[in-house]
Amino acid sequence: MHPVPIEGFMYPNEVELQWSVLIVLYPFLTGLVAGAFILASLERVFRVAAVKPTYRLALLTALSFLLVAPLPLQLHLGHPERSLEMYLTPHRSSAMAMFGFVYLWYLMVVLLLEIWLDYRRDIVMLSQSEVGWKRWIYRALTLGSTNISERALRIDDRVGWMVTVIGIPSAFLLHGYVGFIFGSVKANPWWSSPLMPIVFLFSAMVSGIAAVMLLYMVITWFRKQEIDMRCLDTVARYLFFAFIIDFSLEMLDLIQRIYEADESFRSLDFMVHTRLWMSQVVIQIMLGTVTPIAILLLMQVLKPSETVRKAVYALAGMLTLIGIFAMRWNVVIGGQLFSKSFLGYTTYKMGFATREGSLTAILLTLLPFGILWVLVKLLPPFDKGSIPGIPATQGD
Amino acid sequence: MNLTGNLTRRHFISLTGAAAVAWEHVLSGAPEGSPNYKLTEHWWGMLIDITKCIGCGNCVRACAQENDVPEGYFRTWVEHYHVDDWHIENPKVESPDGGKHGFPVVAENAGKDFFVPKMCNHCADSPCTQVCPVGATFVTPDGVVLIDEKYCLGCRYCVQACPYGCRFIHPTRHTAQKCTLCYHRITKGLTTACCEACPTGARQLADLKNPQDPIHQFLKTHSVQVLKPHLATGAKAFYNGLDGSVR
Amino acid sequence: MKDAGHLFRLAGVFLVAVLAFLGLRALFVPRSFGEYGHYRGDAITDIAALPIVYAGHQTCETCHTEILEEKSKGKHAGVACEACHGPQAKHADDPGSIQPPKPDAAVLCAQCHEASAAKPSWFPQVATADHSGSLICTTCHRAHSPSLGSPAKPGGQP
Repeated sequence: MHPVPIEGFMYPNEVELQWSVLIVLYPFLTGLVAGAFILASLERVFRVAAVKPTYRLALLTALSFLLVAPLPLQLHLGHPERSLEMYLTPHRSSAMAMFGFVYLWYLMVVLLLEIWLDYRRDIVMLSQSEVGWKRWIYRALTLGSTNISERALRIDDRVGWMVTVIGIPSAFLLHGYVGFIFGSVKANPWWSSPLMPIVFLFSAMVSGIAAVMLLYMVITWFRKQEIDMRCLDTVARYLFFAFIIDFSLEMLDLIQRIYEADESFRSLDFMVHTRLWMSQVVIQIMLGTVTPIAILLLMQVLKPSETVRKAVYALAGMLTLIGIFAMRWNVVIGGQLFSKSFLGYTTYKMGFATREGSLTAILLTLLPFGILWVLVKLLPPFDKGSIPGIPATQGD
Repeated sequence: MNLTGNLTRRHFISLTGAAAVAWEHVLSGAPEGSPNYKLTEHWWGMLIDITKCIGCGNCVRACAQENDVPEGYFRTWVEHYHVDDWHIENPKVESPDGGKHGFPVVAENAGKDFFVPKMCNHCADSPCTQVCPVGATFVTPDGVVLIDEKYCLGCRYCVQACPYGCRFIHPTRHTAQKCTLCYHRITKGLTTACCEACPTGARQLADLKNPQDPIHQFLKTHSVQVLKPHLATGAKAFYNGLDGSVR
Repeated sequence: MKDAGHLFRLAGVFLVAVLAFLGLRALFVPRSFGEYGHYRGDAITDIAALPIVYAGHQTCETCHTEILEEKSKGKHAGVACEACHGPQAKHADDPGSIQPPKPDAAVLCAQCHEASAAKPSWFPQVATADHSGSLICTTCHRAHSPSLGSPAKPGGQP
């Protein structure tokens, strides 16, 4: 065991951290999934027409991140070759085991189904117009059915709507569950809280909306198209609202802890003031929450020019993503830095090019964008002018 | 070495019937379980008597040898507490290498000093078994919390869920590990390695289903406590003489 | 209904996946799983079959009856043999070829008996430097029955 500097007293087995940066990354990725999906459902279910341009992009983003999400978990396991056990003999009292099914449900029954139904018309047409190996991919995706008559498409639309309706609570469940995985651990007072699933969920929505907003801006710029400002302003407004709720919840948790000051408080308070000062107070709260809320509020109130708004939204989006990552860091790593005896602290030594090191985390964060690039090529999310010869899709 | 005449050791032992059966299993470390042991007849616990612990570290060493515990990790360990005056909310605690090599001498002082052995509490309402996603850790019908090393994924959720810090991940096997209450010994009529090695009787195994068990008797007649009772884990490691400063 | 044909195909794919999953279950879930609870029943026997390292004092006492008799008269009556001699299951299994090394009294005795304010006051303890200077403990005390009433054996034998 490599010596790690500790302060005070820790139970001997507590000195080494159990969950690494990969376990920080995992809720960050699933959070983006849930948030992106909620944004997509804004249009489909709540008929917020302004955000339509981001609809398909949000779904593909959600899928890219969802496909990568299990990877940090696999790299973290002592025996990844045994991970099928979680599906074969799930322990029903374990939130982690049940989450495997929530994930599977969400991937198969919600996300893949909704994407397939929405894209089916394009898939069928591409299976007829494309050549070479791409043709085979599209043909496989049609499942052998080439029926894109009016009635068939209307059925698709109806079923797709129902899937989205089921999808919204499913997305809540997906990320709320991750919060519950932490919040239900009574041994750890930094985690144990009924607020945890809700805090996780709202921070997920914030990060997901910010990610889709940034991606929309970047991809539109790449495609040399005009950004639909009505869409962007609406997305930014929803980001602002979600942030208000998220911030209120986190402040509520903080104020309650300080006021009640239970036996763990002094130890946790000291930890926040020292080891978590940079990541929690400076990065998560000041830079990652208060600043984006303030500048988004300014945009709502002052309504400056388009150029200014775009720049500010981009900044807000980036700060948000950094802040939400910091929040996951502070929960996961912070929860392991202090001793359960409340008498000491340890240090997290993060490797670089190791199995659970920072390089791995960076690569895993970049991977979804690679997958998204492939998906965007395979299932183009933007209608006008993207696919020659194919008229605009339904509801455009 | 005392051998009576030409009587060989094995002949001597065969005269003591049941002991012979146990001894055969003990010495051969044979893979079959003891045939006389019935799971439902036992409910295991432990008594740790703080008034008797001298901090010699015998238990930590014995456990490490009996169970092949890797260096730097602990299935049991001993803590030294120092409490100034009445300040039980602010003890000073140390556990140099888990107390494996004893503790440095403490000079006479105005406060309270004592040793606290720690181990898996073999909780009846174990939070660690509750969170295991696959059923690799479990409570046996005779009350011992065990880990199935052939099934464990190494997800570390159980390590997070244990309030007492008694679990760790084996550095080369990558599965969860912890005190097994020397299950391989107690099912053969032996006591745990830590109890065997303890020179003062500070650690004693208890069979809570056996009314004649003297340790079970002790629990009924003395004021005992468990660690972190507010977490309602159903802990079965009972402490006699536990100070309020102990975490 | 003809227009919903693709949905039936999808349902078919789903059904195949479910059947594959059930097949995996039948194939990979260990036989003894669920025997006593949500775990592999064989795990209990696996763990119960681990090798023994400490023989246990009853085993020592079966052969070393003279020492047992001496020990039971003194203050070390409650101290198990292996507490000082270390794990001896291998020796008990093959006493002829495996001989336990003699414990080093210069180191061993002080591990318990060095005086410390952290040790309970009823426990016999001395500051060895003041108590016996450079003399080994067994010069005056017999290890198996340490009270000073019984005369020490020559050469510090136990």
